[in-house]
Amino acid sequence: MAYILIIITAMLVNNIVLAQFLGICPFLGVSGKVKTAVGMGAAVLFVMVLATIVTWLVQTYILNKLGIQFMQTVAFILIIAALVQMVEIILKKISPSLYQALGIFLPLITTNCAILGVAILVGNGTYNSMGLDATSLLPAIVFAIGTALGFMLALVIFAGIREHMAKLPIPEGMKGVPAALVVAGILALAFMGFSGLV
Amino acid sequence: MNNWKNFTKGFIKENPVLIMLLGCCPTLGTTTSAINGLSMGLATTFVLVCSNIVISLIKNLIPDKVRIPSYIVVIASFVTVIDLLMQAYLPGIYETLGLFIPLIVVNCIVLGRAEAFASKNGVWASCVDGLGMGLGYALALMILGAVREILGSLSIFGWQFIQADGILVFVLAPGAFFGLAYFIAVVRRFNK
Repeated sequence: MAYILIIITAMLVNNIVLAQFLGICPFLGVSGKVKTAVGMGAAVLFVMVLATIVTWLVQTYILNKLGIQFMQTVAFILIIAALVQMVEIILKKISPSLYQALGIFLPLITTNCAILGVAILVGNGTYNSMGLDATSLLPAIVFAIGTALGFMLALVIFAGIREHMAKLPIPEGMKGVPAALVVAGILALAFMGFSGLV
Repeated sequence: MNNWKNFTKGFIKENPVLIMLLGCCPTLGTTTSAINGLSMGLATTFVLVCSNIVISLIKNLIPDKVRIPSYIVVIASFVTVIDLLMQAYLPGIYETLGLFIPLIVVNCIVLGRAEAFASKNGVWASCVDGLGMGLGYALALMILGAVREILGSLSIFGWQFIQADGILVFVLAPGAFFGLAYFIAVVRRFNK
């Protein structure tokens, strides 16, 4: 039950994009089409879970053991950069069409603050509001899955709205990113409705 | 003259967040008040200037293939420095900005300037470029923070000028998106 609560909290109540403002760049960048949005969401889900597992192990067994927690930022960003490279190589082999579609944004997962943000939250143990055992890996993985699903959900909804918006008459100055941000704001308002859920 | 141009381009003409749309996450996440926005902007400026200086110094020593990871290591080191400094001397602001201080490392502005400017220019020019871009970013964050603070809690830099409740939504998540959207639209209108 507690795990379901973690997923609901991470996915809807504290949505990573709309409530915590992490991962805005891919949110604005790859939300033109629903299909690309799903691909990006899947890539983020995969990288986020993988990165959380690896950074948790590094945090617990290296940084905490040696008492060098201040190296966290440097260590985590290097781990994530290496992981993204790996995912890129695998994706290039398995699904060239998806690789084509994601294009420039796959390397940009490295600088996607959502991934590093979740890794740091998990590393510091501050994500855990359910009173679960913060010293075990499983709640961290569940939290990462919930957060990534929340990212995917927001991205896909947003892409769906933007597909329709392409045909609307929008004033010159508001075209593109400003209009998209207004839509994101309305989505954020909608997601605020979830705040009483947990 | 050239240096002056390098310095001023970050404010309006190539403002990192308003024109180039880089570093949107801290822009949205930390501008709940003018002072928070300003502190975030200044912290980013520190990292930007230092990493630009170091990267322009070592640009000839780094093989081309590993330049991005090397830049990231340099940037991450300076982020750790500012993280520890703020934790020690400004614990209140550090607490409010929270996660966004370590996340300066993935701010696209910093890596963007390293790749686009510091890797091709001299030390002094890179330093000026970093300072201009950083202060332009800090200015944008401060203005957005001030607008949200005025509308949301009827105060400015913590001083409440009307004793009443503001439009609360502007200090919450949706207000950040609305504020930035109209800010960009207004700047675009006058930048033409």
